[in-house]
Amino acid sequence: MRKKSCFLLAALLALPMALLAAGDPKRGEEIYSRCAACHSLDYNRTGPRHCGLFGRKAGSTPAFQYSVAMRRSKIVWEEKTLDTFLTDPMKTVPGTAMGYAGIPDKQERTDLIAYLKMANGSKELCP
Amino acid sequence: MSFFLVAQNDVGVSSRRVFLHSSGLLLSASAVALLAGCDTLAGMQKGAKSESSDVAVLNSALGAEYEGIAAYQVGAESGLLEQPILKVALQFQGHHKQHADVLAKTITKLGGAAISPKDKYTFPTDKLKTQADVLRFAAQLEKGAVSAYLGAVPTFNNRDLAKAAASILGDEAMHWAVLRNALGEDPVPVAFMS
Repeated sequence: MRKKSCFLLAALLALPMALLAAGDPKRGEEIYSRCAACHSLDYNRTGPRHCGLFGRKAGSTPAFQYSVAMRRSKIVWEEKTLDTFLTDPMKTVPGTAMGYAGIPDKQERTDLIAYLKMANGSKELCP
Repeated sequence: MSFFLVAQNDVGVSSRRVFLHSSGLLLSASAVALLAGCDTLAGMQKGAKSESSDVAVLNSALGAEYEGIAAYQVGAESGLLEQPILKVALQFQGHHKQHADVLAKTITKLGGAAISPKDKYTFPTDKLKTQADVLRFAAQLEKGAVSAYLGAVPTFNNRDLAKAAASILGDEAMHWAVLRNALGEDPVPVAFMS
């Protein structure tokens, strides 16, 4: 009985974490507007384009000049690596040209990544 | 020729005068303070790791400022902006030129190499059909710039640089508010920026 209660309690405690992990692309779109000084989905700007991001090796976007640090980072962009990088870009890739403190809030990062995934799957946003 | 006198800074230097010639371009007090702070830093820590990190952040900001200048140029030459909006847009472009000028000089003073403007910038010109489209695009860039500076401020190892970046942030936020107002939107929709 006690074991069952503990299991139930653990399941209930895990519920908010599951909700947190879901990621809201709509909220993520709003968060993405913070990136608008340097980034765009469909073309390179001060920062590289984000269409084609998932599965891409860091520092490999055609016609974009990356920092040496990013080219040598050996990162492949997917949810986990993006989450780590966005937490603290300058710590994750010392020498990156992205001079930004990062997004400390886990939910915001999750939402942002959800938006990037949605956009990358959209023929309209990433033709 | 314009000369400016900078008062004492807050890091213990008894007094210091920095005279800047800005070719007729008036630098703000904070911009001068930025350069003044870097005079000290450049003399004391040239080549330090922390300084190299600051240079990287400044170059990120410089790249975005160059792109902002180019974006306003596209807007000004689009033929879509009417007076007095055009005048305001050119004024904002002038601010970005001043930011870029100060950032580039500061990077050089820190012993770094300031990046140059790109030969060509890509903008979604096919989507800019009206004055409102141009204003909305500019507002989007300005909001992004506020966030970018907000994300840069805590990364600086030198507090003078953080202060100067915050000063530029304030200017970009004013641009964003004015552009939103011109669009008929709430100029200050939030109490906090992120």
